[in-house]
Amino acid sequence: MLPDDPLRRILYVDLSRRRFWVADRPDLFEDGLGGAGVAIRLLEEECPPGADPLGPENPVILAVGPLVGLFPMASKTVAMFKSPHTGNLGESHAGGRSAVAIRMAGYGAVVLRGASPTPVYVVVEGENVYFRDASALWGLRSSATVGRVIRERERGAGVRTIMRIGRAGERGVTYACVITETYRHFGRLGLGAVFGSKKLKALVVSGRRALPVADRRAYREAYDAVFGAATESPLMQKYHELGTAMNVLPLDSIGALPTRNLRSGRFEGAEAISGENLARGYLGRRVACAHCPVACIHLAALRIPYPNDPYFYKTVMVGYDHEPIYAVGSMLGVGDVAGMLRIIDETDAAGLDVMSTGVVLAWATEALERGLISLQETDGLPLAWGDWETYIRAVGRIADPPNDFYRALGRGVEYAASVYGGADFALAFGGNEMPGYHTGPGCHLTYLTGARHSHLDSAGYSLDQRAAAKKGETLTPEGVADALWEEEAWRQVLASLVVCFFARGVYTPEVVQRALAAAGMPRSADDLARLGAETLARKHAFKVQEGFDPAGLRIPRRILETPSPLGVLEEEFLRRAIARFFERGRG
Amino acid sequence: MFACARRLGEGGLAGACIGVRSAGGIRRGFVVVVCRACPDPPCARVCPTDALVLRPPGGVRLRAELCIGCGNCVQACPFGAVFWDASQNKPQICVYCGYCARYCPYDVLALEDVASGVQSPAGAG
Repeated sequence: MLPDDPLRRILYVDLSRRRFWVADRPDLFEDGLGGAGVAIRLLEEECPPGADPLGPENPVILAVGPLVGLFPMASKTVAMFKSPHTGNLGESHAGGRSAVAIRMAGYGAVVLRGASPTPVYVVVEGENVYFRDASALWGLRSSATVGRVIRERERGAGVRTIMRIGRAGERGVTYACVITETYRHFGRLGLGAVFGSKKLKALVVSGRRALPVADRRAYREAYDAVFGAATESPLMQKYHELGTAMNVLPLDSIGALPTRNLRSGRFEGAEAISGENLARGYLGRRVACAHCPVACIHLAALRIPYPNDPYFYKTVMVGYDHEPIYAVGSMLGVGDVAGMLRIIDETDAAGLDVMSTGVVLAWATEALERGLISLQETDGLPLAWGDWETYIRAVGRIADPPNDFYRALGRGVEYAASVYGGADFALAFGGNEMPGYHTGPGCHLTYLTGARHSHLDSAGYSLDQRAAAKKGETLTPEGVADALWEEEAWRQVLASLVVCFFARGVYTPEVVQRALAAAGMPRSADDLARLGAETLARKHAFKVQEGFDPAGLRIPRRILETPSPLGVLEEEFLRRAIARFFERGRG
Repeated sequence: MFACARRLGEGGLAGACIGVRSAGGIRRGFVVVVCRACPDPPCARVCPTDALVLRPPGGVRLRAELCIGCGNCVQACPFGAVFWDASQNKPQICVYCGYCARYCPYDVLALEDVASGVQSPAGAG
């Protein structure tokens, strides 16, 4: 590491005592590079075994990496914490300006400890940290208002991140998210609830410092190579044009778009909620995370009429991607595109993870249909496929639960099914709700084995799609397990730099080595491979320490009932692959 | 912003003479703040030591050795396009090199030669 690189500096913020200090930890960054590699080491240091995820002893680690602030698309912050949703590893990545702001403020990581007795928001301006009263912001209906108020009160326009929670985080909904720059989320696994348990309404970070490089010329050349690959080659085109919403129609056409709680893989409303249709009728703006030329963030301009006044409208900008479209579109049978966008908007206002919210409501709809629950549980809401207005009301009740049923929904579908039944169609893996692919065994094995139980852990859907494209090639449990392990290990490297996974095609091992050398942290291909494997092993060790048991993973029956494009899935195949995956981790 | 700092051979943002901020929240999109090279620049008029020298047909050049770091220029620019180098306590003034335009994938930025009327969007100049 270059001697004047501020990456080594860790900002500790103790919310209980309202104190802060900085520690120089070059050792952590030499060993783990940054991001996930450093965050897991800090989590090991900070999180006592058996910690209460919503207790003051659960830390929040926010880590960036050596390429942030130097190279394009190195735009992500890795958050680690103990998850209140799964009870083991909590890890979530977000872009916006979060990573650049932390790096420009002069830190490689921020550690939030303890819990404030009263609501606060914390402002980090370079070397200074301020604890501001947030009692007036507590309980605000919309997370967007929180962002607006803080934006107007604090400095640093253009070079700051404003990470905030909504009501769901305050209430401890275990899949509450942290929203940053309005349209990016530390989603999944409940970072928002951990913020809420600390009475931390928001964290603002800003700075604009310089970063040293090892060799000016080599730096500019390496930069131009990455920038050229991102802007001139087709590698990023998918994210650039229609955005991830381009997945909707191809998945539907092969029967892999989970629909109505995965009773089907095809949705008759797919055309309406497709990326193509959204781009035609709604796409109002595209924006990018700081230091990214791709601009994958697609915002729909949605005109909402006032209920009682003719010719009176407001226009809101709603972010969309494949996963939200799946979760509150096809999964809920909502083919009314404006209605789907309204659910996304409401979910954001409440500060809920949209994927978990959609899956939870899909389970509740089916449970109501089957008579496992009644209108008494739903507080009178007749949840029904496609009825977006009722779903909007249900989203509000998850955030502000009027009864035990909504409190149960606020702990996820796994928990709700343990109380009310219906586990066979409760689509959670390792306790985390299902993402928007039913492509074959690969995607489900990613959900099952991935350290975050996220589709982004090892992208098994792409193995499925490749197998579907090459007829005659059959997947084996061992082959899938090995491929997923390799992919997840490599992604630990990207998550340590920290490079957006959408840029994985640009950041090949060779490009990563070149960029790291320019940044003054040269690593060999073997070094990187070791780092990936070790980071993954440490994450698994943390999960196991906190009670995760691969042999006990529940496979929801529904995924075995609804045929995938690669045929009906077999439990035996999945079990063998799970066993192989975790053996590999030990070896 | 990053390109402008990279022009100096460093990473980060400290050296940037260009700013990008939201237009009141990202819902409303972004504003790019960059020196427009005014023909009659107010920043130069308020400089008590004539450290900002007119650069016809527009814009200014900083003579750092004359600057006393009063910051009047920052206040005078209605666009906020005079940035501040806190380490030197002096303004950071765009040198109109066009390096930023080379890295703008959406042609928002372009280097324009006002005298000859030649436009080179790729910042070839």
